[in-house]
Amino acid sequence: MTRFIRSAFVIARRDFSATVLSKAFIFFLLGPLFPLILGGVFGGIGAKVASQTEQPVVAVVSSQGDYDRMSAARERIAETIPDPMLVKINHYAPEGDLAAQQKKLLASREPPVRAVLTGGLDHPHLTGSVTEDSQAVGQLRLILSDARSSAAAPPDIPVTETAQSSGSLVKDRALTAQIGQMLLFFLTLLLSGMVMSQLIEEKSNKIIEVIAAAVPIDSMFVGKLFAMLAASLAGIVVWISAGALLIQFISSGGIRSLPEPAIGWPGFLALGVVYFAMNYLLLGSIFLTIGAQASSVREVQTLSMPATFAQVIVFGFASTAVGQPNSTEALVAAVFPLSSPMVMLARAAQQPDWWPHLAALAWQALWVGLILNWGAKMFRKTVLKSGPRAKRRWWRRAASTSAEVVGQGV
Amino acid sequence: MLRQVSNIVATDGLAVEAVDLVKDFGETRAVDGVSLAVPPGSIYGLLGPNGAGKTTTLRMLMGIIDPSSGTRRILGHDRPLEAAGEIGYLPEERGLYPSMHARDAIAFMGALRGVPLAEGRRRADQLLEQHNLGEWARKPIRSLSKGMAQTVQLLGSLVHRPRLIVLDEPFSGLDAINQGRLEDMIRRQAADGVTVLFSTHVIAHAERLCERIAIIASGKVVFDGSVAEARGRLRPIVRLRTRASDGPWRSAIPASARREGEEWVFELPEGGPEPLLKALIDGGAGIETLAIERPGLHDAFVAIAGNQAAAAMGTVEPAQ
Repeated sequence: MTRFIRSAFVIARRDFSATVLSKAFIFFLLGPLFPLILGGVFGGIGAKVASQTEQPVVAVVSSQGDYDRMSAARERIAETIPDPMLVKINHYAPEGDLAAQQKKLLASREPPVRAVLTGGLDHPHLTGSVTEDSQAVGQLRLILSDARSSAAAPPDIPVTETAQSSGSLVKDRALTAQIGQMLLFFLTLLLSGMVMSQLIEEKSNKIIEVIAAAVPIDSMFVGKLFAMLAASLAGIVVWISAGALLIQFISSGGIRSLPEPAIGWPGFLALGVVYFAMNYLLLGSIFLTIGAQASSVREVQTLSMPATFAQVIVFGFASTAVGQPNSTEALVAAVFPLSSPMVMLARAAQQPDWWPHLAALAWQALWVGLILNWGAKMFRKTVLKSGPRAKRRWWRRAASTSAEVVGQGV
Repeated sequence: MLRQVSNIVATDGLAVEAVDLVKDFGETRAVDGVSLAVPPGSIYGLLGPNGAGKTTTLRMLMGIIDPSSGTRRILGHDRPLEAAGEIGYLPEERGLYPSMHARDAIAFMGALRGVPLAEGRRRADQLLEQHNLGEWARKPIRSLSKGMAQTVQLLGSLVHRPRLIVLDEPFSGLDAINQGRLEDMIRRQAADGVTVLFSTHVIAHAERLCERIAIIASGKVVFDGSVAEARGRLRPIVRLRTRASDGPWRSAIPASARREGEEWVFELPEGGPEPLLKALIDGGAGIETLAIERPGLHDAFVAIAGNQAAAAMGTVEPAQ
C-alpha cells in the first residue's frame, strides 16, 4: 500500500507541477471569466432586445384634461407593474379630420404607434394592430377605469420591515443551492475535457511504458486523477478568493449580504470542496478511463461531446433537488452516485442537518472506490492490452463451435 | 541445486527466469512458450528478427503486460513490479516528457523506482557529467538531439543503480560512436556485477557482448545457450586450394564440398584436421593454402533460425 501511494504521489507530483507551472494554467485560472464575460455580453444584448420589445405606444387623441387623468392613472399603476411592462401613452390634440389623423399616427415610426385611442374617457375607442384580449388592451382598460375614478387616493398600509421571512429565506437558500450546483457542474465540466486528454501526452511520448514498468498502473491512474484534482483545487482557492474580493467591493453589504445557507457558510464551503472532490473523482475516473481509449487529440475531442451531454443530463437530474430537497426525485438523485454530490450540496444550502451529509459522503466514497477500481482495471486492460481475456459471449462461443464442427466435417 | 526449467537446466538465484511464457493478442499468438534462464552478472542477448516476440517477451518479464500463461521470476520475485527498484528498463519505443529538463527527467525515472527526487537530481547531474552532457542538464528534452535524448533515457534507467538492466533494442537509432559507448557501458555494468538482458536484431552486437543468447523466431526460443555453443552447432569450414586438380586426394574431401573460385569449401570432417591433412598429402593434392574457419554467430543464426529469420534481420537473402 505504501508503495502504491508513493508511486501515485510521484506521478501526481509530476503532473501537478507540469500543469500548475505551465503558462496554460493562467488561462485555466481565467477560465471562469469567460462565462462572466459571455453573460455580460449576452445580458447586454438581451437588455437591448428587451427594450426593443417593450410595451407598445398608444396615441391618445383627446382633450388635455382627459389625457392628464389617464397619465396620472398610468403613473399610479406603474407603482405596482414595472414601467417597461406597461403600455405607453402619448398625447395628440384632435385635428379636423380624425380618420386622416388616425391613419397618419398609425403610420408614424417615431414613436412607433401600435394603436390610436379616440373618444376620450367617456367613449373610448381603440384602432390599431391589437386584439381585444391583448395585454395592452387590458392595461388600457385598467388605466381608463382608474382615470375615471381618480378622485379616491389609495389606502395607506403601514409597513414594518423584517430582515427575513420564511418565504424569503426559502427563496434565498434555493438560490444559493442553485448557484452551488451550477458552480459544481461548470467546474466539473471544465475539468472533464482536461481529464480525458490526460493520457495523450504519455501515449504520444511513449513514456507510458517506462512508467508501467516501474509502478503499478493503477497508481498511475490514481496519481493522474489526484494531480488534476489538486490543480483544480488550487484554481478553486484562487477563484473563491477573487470572487469574495469582487463581492466585497461591488456589493454594498459585502460578503455578509449574501444569503446564508442553512448549514452556515463555513460548513457550506467545506462541503462544497468535499462534494466537488467527490463529483470530480466519480466523473473524472470515468472520463479518464474513456479518454485512455483515445490515441489522439482528435479522438479525445470526438469523445468529449457525448461526455458533456451526459453531464448535462446528470445536472438536470440533480437540479430536481433545488427548492424541494425532500421530494422523491431529490432523494433518488441523492442516492444515484453521479448526481449525489450536486444534490447534497443543494441540500446543504437548504437544510441544516449534518447527518445526511456524513451518510452521503460515505456512500459517495464507496462509489469512488468502486469506480476507481473499475477504471484502473479497464485502464490496464485497454491501454496496455493486458489482463485476463474477456469471456466470450454465448453467441460467439456457439458460432465458433459450429465453425469448428463445420471444419471437422470438411 | 539444479532444476529443469522446460528444456533449460537452471540454477536457483537466476536473475531472470521464464517458463513457458505465452502471450495472445486476440487470435494472434505473439509469444509461444518462451523459457529463459539468465544467470546473475551475465550479459544475455535476445536475438531475433522484427516481430519475433522479443519486445513482448521483455514486456512480460517487466510486468508491463501479463502473460496469457506461463510464469516469470525476476530477481527472486514472482511479481516483476516488486523488484522494480532493482531493475532498469529501456523500452524499444523511447519516451520522455519534452518539456522536462534532462536532469529532472532522469530524477523522475529514479523517483518512479524509489530514489528521492533530490538524490535523483544529484545523481542525474553526476551521470550527465560523466557522459559529457553536463551542459544540457537544465535544458528541456525537446532541445536535445535524438542521440542525446536516448542517452538521457538510458541514464534514467541506471540512476537508481539497478542489479538488472533490461534494454530493448538499445542500439537502434544510435550512430557508430554512440553504439560503441553503449557497448562499453554495458561491459562496465556487467563488470560491476549487474545483469544485462538486451534484445537486438543486430547479430554483431550480440556476438561482441553476450555470454549467453536466446534466439527467438516466430514467438519461440529456437536456441538458448552460450555464443560458443551456438557456433558449435556448426562444424568448422575448410577452405582448400590445391595444385592438383584431381587425384586420389579427392576422396578425402566430402561429396558436399563446393567450389568457390579456386577454392574447395567444405565442413571439416568428423575426424578433425589431422586425418584430413594426411589424406590430402598422401593423395598428392599439393596443398597451396588450407584454412579452417570457425563459423560466426551469423552462420550459426542462419543454421538455427533458418533463412527466413535471417532474411528478416537483413543478414542474408531469403531462400527461394
